[in-house]
Amino acid sequence: MIPAAGIALMVALALMLIRLLAGPTLYDRVLAVNSFGTKTVLLLALLGYIMGRPDFMDIALLYAMINFVATIAILKFFRYRSFQVPMARKSVPPSGDDE
Amino acid sequence: MIETALTIFETLRPWAGGALCLLGGLLAIIGTVGVLRFPDFYTRLHAASVTDTSAATSLLLGMALLPETTWLIAVKLAAIWVFIFITGPTSTHAAASAAHTAGLQPVIGRVGRRDGDKA
Amino acid sequence: MRLGYLIGLAILLSALWLAFSGLYKPRMLFFGLSSIIICLVLVSRLRLLDREAAPYFRLPVYLSYWVWLMIEILKANWIVIRACLRAELDIQPALVKVATTCRTDLAKTVFANSITLTPGTVTLEVEGDWMLVHGLYEDQTQPEDFIEMDRRSAEAADGRKRETEVAG
Repeated sequence: MIPAAGIALMVALALMLIRLLAGPTLYDRVLAVNSFGTKTVLLLALLGYIMGRPDFMDIALLYAMINFVATIAILKFFRYRSFQVPMARKSVPPSGDDE
Repeated sequence: MIETALTIFETLRPWAGGALCLLGGLLAIIGTVGVLRFPDFYTRLHAASVTDTSAATSLLLGMALLPETTWLIAVKLAAIWVFIFITGPTSTHAAASAAHTAGLQPVIGRVGRRDGDKA
Repeated sequence: MRLGYLIGLAILLSALWLAFSGLYKPRMLFFGLSSIIICLVLVSRLRLLDREAAPYFRLPVYLSYWVWLMIEILKANWIVIRACLRAELDIQPALVKVATTCRTDLAKTVFANSITLTPGTVTLEVEGDWMLVHGLYEDQTQPEDFIEMDRRSAEAADGRKRETEVAG
């Protein structure tokens, strides 16, 4: 049953690639990358069980952190120095996305 | 009494863990299908959060129930769970806020019953 | 009070290191100890330690809030899963302005994150005492539906007024 769960996760990853390639706006792609990362974390943890190597859990934990930082970094880049997205509001609320 | 309960638990453990893992994988597929089907960015966020919450919970709980799990691995699984639950809404809110600030208009009102107006 | 936060952070970091490492040789323990000390020195020099960064004294309240939130998330998940799987797409997205009674930034963060964590509702913007919420179904994201979550998150993060004043 564990390999079946891994295959289900891989199917979900492959389906998410469609949204990543076809997403009409930038934010759809960011969302797809973020969700892809979450599924990758789960798949990494599952692979540790399938291959019998508990060290994969550390990689999954690390990947969760990198995924979060990468999403925030991409969004921040496109919010403050953008070529194509019009900035509708000048003032940025302080509790926005500068974590 | 406690002995028999423990034996039953030990016998059921791999099956319950495997079933929960499979359920988590299916929930991930459902969330992805929602991301593919929904009409605009803001509604896709809702579908993606199914993966972030219920699929992650069920998969990690299932893995914790598997008989190979030691205490060291269980703590790491719990850490991954807490981390996903704290960073998931934060990055979702960051994406939604960035899209809203950039002027992306959400689709409002009933979708799909009639013609299904495009976003 | 500040020393209490520092000791709490030290205990938390040591517990994390011991729980993640799994190697209890003297050399590895020495490395762990030195990294914990470096972290503590950096944190105290950066003046990061306050009530928001170290909420150890309120952990039981947070835990009870967490349990309530998990049940809400389960209920909301079922609605969104049904919306994903329905053969004919039938959703009714809406934007709602929700008022909050939370005063501190921490309570507002907890409330907004709880809204976003629940499938079917996403916080788009936080301005003062108002939050702009995008919901998947209009009839399930009325402002009255958030009153209980608002009250509970304000209780969990703000607590009694005395604590805020002592820490602030």
